[in-house]
Amino acid sequence: MKILVIEDEPEMQDTVVRSLEQEKYLVETASDYDSALEKVALYAYDCILLDINLPGGSGLAILEELKKQQKTDGVIIVSARNSVDDRIQGLELGADDYLPKPFHMAELHARVKSVLRRRKFDGQNQHQLQNLQIDLDKHQVWVAGEELALNRKEYDILLYLVTNKDRLVSKTALAEHVWGDYIDQADNYEFIYSQIKNLRKKLKDHGAEVEIQAIYGIGYKLVTA
Amino acid sequence: MKLLNHATAYLAGLLLVVISAWAALFYFNMLDEIYDSMDDGLENQKILVIQKAAQDSTVLAQRSFEAGYFRVKEIPFTLAIHRKDTYQDTLMYMQNEKDFEPVRMLTTVFRHHEKYYELRVITSMVEEDDLIEDLLYSLLWLYLGLVASILVLNNLLLKRIWKPFYHVLQRLQQFRLEDAKPVPVQKTNIEEFQLLNQTVEKLLQQNVAAYQNQKAFIENASHELQTPLAISLNKLELLAESQPLQEEQLLQIGVVMENLERLTRLNKSLLLLSKIENRQFGQEEEVSMRALLQKTLDDFSDQIAFKDIRVELEAPDEVTLQLNPDLAAMLVMNLLKNAIVHNAKGGYLRIQLSKAALSIENEGKTHPLPADRVFNRFYKEEASASSTGLGLSIVKAICDLYDFTIDYTYRQGHVFTVRF
Repeated sequence: MKILVIEDEPEMQDTVVRSLEQEKYLVETASDYDSALEKVALYAYDCILLDINLPGGSGLAILEELKKQQKTDGVIIVSARNSVDDRIQGLELGADDYLPKPFHMAELHARVKSVLRRRKFDGQNQHQLQNLQIDLDKHQVWVAGEELALNRKEYDILLYLVTNKDRLVSKTALAEHVWGDYIDQADNYEFIYSQIKNLRKKLKDHGAEVEIQAIYGIGYKLVTA
Repeated sequence: MKLLNHATAYLAGLLLVVISAWAALFYFNMLDEIYDSMDDGLENQKILVIQKAAQDSTVLAQRSFEAGYFRVKEIPFTLAIHRKDTYQDTLMYMQNEKDFEPVRMLTTVFRHHEKYYELRVITSMVEEDDLIEDLLYSLLWLYLGLVASILVLNNLLLKRIWKPFYHVLQRLQQFRLEDAKPVPVQKTNIEEFQLLNQTVEKLLQQNVAAYQNQKAFIENASHELQTPLAISLNKLELLAESQPLQEEQLLQIGVVMENLERLTRLNKSLLLLSKIENRQFGQEEEVSMRALLQKTLDDFSDQIAFKDIRVELEAPDEVTLQLNPDLAAMLVMNLLKNAIVHNAKGGYLRIQLSKAALSIENEGKTHPLPADRVFNRFYKEEASASSTGLGLSIVKAICDLYDFTIDYTYRQGHVFTVRF
C-alpha cells in the first residue's frame, strides 16, 4: 500500500509518516505545492493525505488536477481550516474524507483504512482477527463462528480498536469517534468505561482471542491473545 | 424634547416677557395720549360754552349735567379769584350702561356781566378695564401667532438646516459594529456639521477596523494554534506507544495529552464563536426542532443513562424554524449538554417546546447562578478542568444571530429559555 503525505509542516509530516510506517505502509512525502503536483502526476498512490494550505498553492488545486487526470487515488483532506466550505468543496472535488487538525493518530488510521478498503475491495469486506470475524456491512461480529450480540456503541468501539490493533487509542479519540463531537467533557469518560467493561466481558465469555487492555491514564489497546 | 422645540420653548418664554413689558409701556403711552386729546376737546368745549353763554343766557341756567355735557354754577368772587382750570377723573352715573362710568371733567371759572360762574364740562372717558381687556386679548393672539409662526418656521427651516445632524444621529443609532455598512455622508455646507460628519466617520472607521482586527486576531490565533497542537498531541501518542514505558510515565503523558486536548477544544470553541459572530454560516433551511431535540437526546442517551437522568420532553406541536442546520444542532446540543453535565445524579431534565419558546430545565446546584454572567465567555461555576466555559456563550451567539432571546431563571431547577 502506497501512501503520499502532502504536508508542509516538517514535524507534522514526520509524526504522520512514522505512525503510518508502523502499519507497514510505503510512505512518500511532499512538502510544497510543486513537488506534490509532480509526485501526483508521476505516480499512483492508494491514498493521499492532502493538506489544503501549502506553500505555493492550494491543496484543492491538486485535487482538481487529480480529477482532471482521472486518477483514482483515494484522498483524505487534512486541514487546520475546519471550515464547512472547505469540507464541502473538497468532497465535491472528489476527496474521500476530511479530517480537521488536530486529530488523533487512531482516527487517521481508521480513516486511511476505510479509504483503502473502499478503494481496494469495493467496500465489500469482512474483517478477520484471530477467531474474531467482523462483517463491516452488516455490523455483525462472530467469535469462532458464534455470533456476538453487541449494541451499536459496543460494535463501534470494537471496530475502532480492531482497526487500531496493537496501538494505543486514547479515550478522547475513542469517545470522539464513537459518540461524535458531543463528547468534550472529561467527566463524561466514565460512561465509556462502563461500555468497555461490558464489551470486555462479552469478548471473554465467548472466548475471543483478543483482549482490550486499559492503559492507565491514557486509553485502551486491543491486543491479540 | 426635541432640539427644535427646546429652542422654541425658550423663545416662547422670552417673547412672553418682552411682549408683557412692551404691552405695559404701550398701554401707558396710549393712555397719556388719550388724556391729552380729551383735555384738548374739553378746552375747546369750554370756549364754545362760554361763547354761547355770551349770546344766550339760558346756558347759564344749566345747573346740572342731566341734559348736556356741562353745568354752570354761580360762585362768589372770593372763590373764583383763586381758581385755575383743573382736569380730573370722576365717576358719573350713565343711563345707557346703568352704572357709574369714568368721565373726564374740566372745572373752570368765567366771568359774565360781572358775575362769576363755575363751569364743569365733562366727556365720557375710556373705560380702562375694557381697554386693558381688549389689549390683553390682542396681545394674547399676537403672542400665540408668534409662537405658532416660530414653530412652523423651526419645523420647516431649522429642520432643513439640522438635517445633516439628524442624519448622523440616525446613522449612529443604526450602527452595528459587527456588520458595519458604509453609509453615504449627507452633504452640508455648515462647517460644524462637516466637522461632525468627519469626526463620526473617523470614529466609526477606527472602531470597525479595531473590531475587525480583533476578530481576525482571534481567528488567526486559533488557526495558528491548530498545527502545533496537532504535532504535540501526535508526538505524545507516538511516545506513549514506544515501549517500554512505566505506568507512572504513561500517567504523566496522559495528563499532558488531556490538557492538550482541553486546549484543542477551547481553540475549536473560540473558532466556532468567531465564525458565528462573523456570520460565516450560510444557507438556512426549515429545521424541525422536535426532531432535532429527539435526535440530540438520542446522541446523549449514554450520558443520560449513565447519570440516571429522567427526561421529560413536552413538545405537543411541530415547531419548524428557519435556521442554518449546523447552528440549530449546535444550539440544541450545547443547551442539552449543559443540562446533562451539570445535572445531579438521578436528577430530572425537563424540555418544553412550543411555537414561541424552547425551555430546558435541569436539576443541579441548589442555588441560582448569576444570571448576568452565565452567558459570559469562560464563565464557570467551579474551576472545572474539563469544561471550556464557552458552551453557553456559543448558545448566546447563535441566539443573537437569529434575534432570539435567551434568559436564565432559577426555580428549584435551572431553567434556560430561548424565545423565538
